Amino acid sequence: MIGAADDQLTIFERSREGRRAFVAPALDVPERPLDELLPAHLRRAEPPKLPEVAEPEIVRHYNRLSKRNFDLDTGFYPLGSCTMKHNPKLHERVAALPGHAKLHPFQDPAHAQGALELMWRLQSALSEIAGLPHVSLQPSAGSHGELAGVLLTRAYHEDRGEHRTKVLTPDTAHGTNPATVTMAGYEVVKVGTDEQGNVDLDDLRSKTTDDVACLMLTNPSTVGLFEPGIEEIAKIMHGVGATLYYDGANLNAIMGICRPGDMGFDIVHFNLHKSFTQPHGGGGPGAGPIAVSDRIEPYLPRPQVVRRSASAGNGGGEHYYDLDYDRPKSIGRLRGFQGNYGVFVRSYAYIRSLGAEGLREVSEVAVLNANYLLALLREAGVAEYLPAAYDRICMHEFVLSGAPMKRELGIKTLDLAKRLLDHGVHPPTVYFPLIVDEALLIEPTETETKETLDHFAQIVAEILREAREDPEIARNAPYTTPVRRLDEATAARHPVVRQPL
Amino acid sequence: MAADPSYPDDLLYHSEHDWARVDGDSATFGITWYAQDALGEVVFFQLPDVGATVKKDDTYAEVESVKAVSDVVAPLSGEIVEVNEALGDAPETINEDPYGAGWLVKVKLSEPDETSSLMDAASYEGSLS
Amino acid sequence: MTSYVSATEQDRREMLAAIGVESIDELFAGIPAALRLSGALALDRGLSEQEVYDELRALAARNTSTEEELSFLGAGMYDHYVPALIDSIILRSEFLTPYTPYQPEISQGGLQAMFEYQTAISELTGLPISNASVYEGPSAVGAAGYVAKLHNGRKRFVVSRGVHPHSRETLATLAHGWEMEVVEAPLSDGVTALPELGEDVSAVIVQQPNFLGAVEQLEPLASAAREAGALTICACDPLPLALLNPPGECGADIAVGEGQTLGNRLDFGGPSFGFFACTEELMRRMPGRIAGETRDVDGKRGFVLTLQTREQHIRRERATSNICTSQALNALAGVIYLSWLGRRGIVELAELMLQRTAYARERLAALEGVTLLHEQPVVREFAVELEAPVERVLHRCRERGVNPGYALGREYAEYPNGLLVAITERRTKAEIDLLADTLEAAIAAERSAVGARA
Repeated sequence: MIGAADDQLTIFERSREGRRAFVAPALDVPERPLDELLPAHLRRAEPPKLPEVAEPEIVRHYNRLSKRNFDLDTGFYPLGSCTMKHNPKLHERVAALPGHAKLHPFQDPAHAQGALELMWRLQSALSEIAGLPHVSLQPSAGSHGELAGVLLTRAYHEDRGEHRTKVLTPDTAHGTNPATVTMAGYEVVKVGTDEQGNVDLDDLRSKTTDDVACLMLTNPSTVGLFEPGIEEIAKIMHGVGATLYYDGANLNAIMGICRPGDMGFDIVHFNLHKSFTQPHGGGGPGAGPIAVSDRIEPYLPRPQVVRRSASAGNGGGEHYYDLDYDRPKSIGRLRGFQGNYGVFVRSYAYIRSLGAEGLREVSEVAVLNANYLLALLREAGVAEYLPAAYDRICMHEFVLSGAPMKRELGIKTLDLAKRLLDHGVHPPTVYFPLIVDEALLIEPTETETKETLDHFAQIVAEILREAREDPEIARNAPYTTPVRRLDEATAARHPVVRQPL
Repeated sequence: MAADPSYPDDLLYHSEHDWARVDGDSATFGITWYAQDALGEVVFFQLPDVGATVKKDDTYAEVESVKAVSDVVAPLSGEIVEVNEALGDAPETINEDPYGAGWLVKVKLSEPDETSSLMDAASYEGSLS
Repeated sequence: MTSYVSATEQDRREMLAAIGVESIDELFAGIPAALRLSGALALDRGLSEQEVYDELRALAARNTSTEEELSFLGAGMYDHYVPALIDSIILRSEFLTPYTPYQPEISQGGLQAMFEYQTAISELTGLPISNASVYEGPSAVGAAGYVAKLHNGRKRFVVSRGVHPHSRETLATLAHGWEMEVVEAPLSDGVTALPELGEDVSAVIVQQPNFLGAVEQLEPLASAAREAGALTICACDPLPLALLNPPGECGADIAVGEGQTLGNRLDFGGPSFGFFACTEELMRRMPGRIAGETRDVDGKRGFVLTLQTREQHIRRERATSNICTSQALNALAGVIYLSWLGRRGIVELAELMLQRTAYARERLAALEGVTLLHEQPVVREFAVELEAPVERVLHRCRERGVNPGYALGREYAEYPNGLLVAITERRTKAEIDLLADTLEAAIAAERSAVGARA
């Protein structure tokens, strides 16, 4: 290991023999010889070398570590495609209620009616938002939902006696889309984007053949634009009997405004850790429920949460919520138990807090904030170095190109991002989508104030001004962060992924 | 890192940014200065198997940098007779000396006439602008 | 209605003016009129924070949690004590609210925590390389299957019947897309009886301890797999690994498992995390994020996401997995918990469970109408068969506030009245005695009821 100062040590380096936090309860049953219960040949020779530390040291260690993180509660986080909106504090309180938090997943449904009803109601709300009748909450993340969607597509075609081999994705697609296609056993075919930033309909038509199973699309797209030809796209795909899959990463732009189901999509996934406020946690947990049309419903994962009318045997009340395993055409399971219930509790609380009106307001202000920030960045001093890739009204996010900045000022999008760190904001998404050179994808979200957006635009202008005078500053940024630029090449060439002990 | 762009005259070039140094019925392959520059610092090169067949214009290996993966295309067809083992520990040699110590594989050519389809240094360099 | 939006009427006017449009509606002009919703979504009106709280509390009250009944339910997730320090750390804004650490300079907290977690998992499993988490146990088994497929391209998996039913089902669902066959290896006397392996076997998958609580002999299973050129994937329960010979020492190539017991709540099944560890040879095929150590320009130690070329955001259709968001916060809870247990504590915890499980097993086996389903060594869970309809017996016990465990018959038709009983450090001798008494009474009542009905 590389040597480190005291405040950078790992928990293992703080370990000292004899220290401890946990003390096991006293043995209250008759003690039997170890060899009798667990023969020596089954036992490990040495215990795992976990650290030996007392509680105060553990708490101090992780508290210090936390202070080396930038976070959303602290500052602006305009990461395009990630929807870094405020995480309401009520949600942790309700998720921690023992009735939710300490409920065993194999608990008898008759004794988990609150949980099953919550899931059923969440399903209904998501169904209404998507405009599709049937929902499964099982997938654990967006890409898990994508996998479900493509496997559902496969089941649908196989049930009709068809064996299709290809799935279409635009070249602007998030990497999870093509990765999912391969994992589901299909071949990826890329569809081009036209100069307006929309799916190239001619290219789509030429590639839509009888062996295409599905088109995976995000709308608005990853360049932040609504597909004006979406109805035509749906016609083209349905014309060959293919399914249309909606990547819900950009749902924040259209809630209460329009619905993917109405656009013709058969399968939609939601990222509950994006539009529905599940905290990102530094990389999860999330959840990726899916909503599907009638024709896809038979193949949904098992079990499904259903509502039945109550009968004498299953308790008082009008309805009985249950887990339905009797699904002969189901694709099966994608994970254990019912899904990330703790995430459902938070998202359900959010939807109940906002209601129809609040969700619509979310999308309206998300789009307003994005367009406002875009307008600010179109000002002199910025626009000539970071022009908008598509010169029109955007939705909830927009892409700038740092190519002129690189040419004229000699600093790249990466350098701008690193210099932003010195100004106490998180950079936007960089180098995605792939079709824009030196891309900068910016999504402010609806929970930011106008002043925050003004301030961000000022910072960008300042960095460009500074670069005109001395580009070296940005090239060597950041300076004020807990560590400066890191040698990722050596980390990849000679990976050290655990502490030697 | 190789400081300045260079395209040695004694090599033949493929449009996918691969070079070949032909010596009778054998050749050495590698990637050009342009390719290593676009890739950035190389972190990993999976050595193909000795004895494997390569076909002109087909991908026979991958080069990885921190943030990208690039296909390596065979400029000529043949059978791999030697691979550059040193790249296992020091893949960055591909950046430092792409035409010398950063060679990738040595091949016994099966269709020596294919060389006529490759570009010379001047044509290749011209194609880059 | 609750709102988290700050844009006032004035703000909106100013912003619209700067954009150069008259109304927010104009910003949506690009959406075809036929698609625009004319009315509001059919959702109930939004509520105040207080009203939402009341509703969520009312829903919680209709669930019987482990605080309201004495629970011996296990079968993949367990009622352990989660220490208070975990919440105090993971609910900190700096851990709870950031995104995946793509900008490492301002993510050292999260990245170092991942590195520490990877070290801990590597220690537990005996394999050198761990990733920073996957979703949970059963999907981790599926992900391991994908690695095997990419590694050797063979067409068949052999899965022990002792692997958790959810894991077997998940693997089958995914394998269908890969056009691979899944074949089951039966159990014999509670442990895996591996059939002859052909050259078309990509991986052998076993669980340790298995679903019936039995400790498997991993070495011969891994040996047989290796001889056939197949990988060995071992799904394992992390706490028993304090005592058991870990998969890495037994010849397994990949160790995966459910991490819920490591500092995470039951949460009706999620979120928790899955762990994934493998040999050096498989490192570049492993899915998920991996944190690696390096230096910054000043020579200071730092951590970065490494080997990213495996992942979807770079390799796209050739990625080792499509996973993006995983379970970072839950894995953080996991490494805090493992640090809290410590090197000696984890052994003491496992030994306590071992002794109490042995006691519980002995007490139940001695009851009228109860026989052990197998006599293999167990660590924290064991299986019995009842001479009475298990669902009816469960119902009677529930009425007395005791939940004796998982009815095996649902997934194992060969054990129609089988019961899986789980022990954690929360289950005391007194509670185990109560279980025994309650079960005894319930079985007796059922048998006499049957007698009366006959």
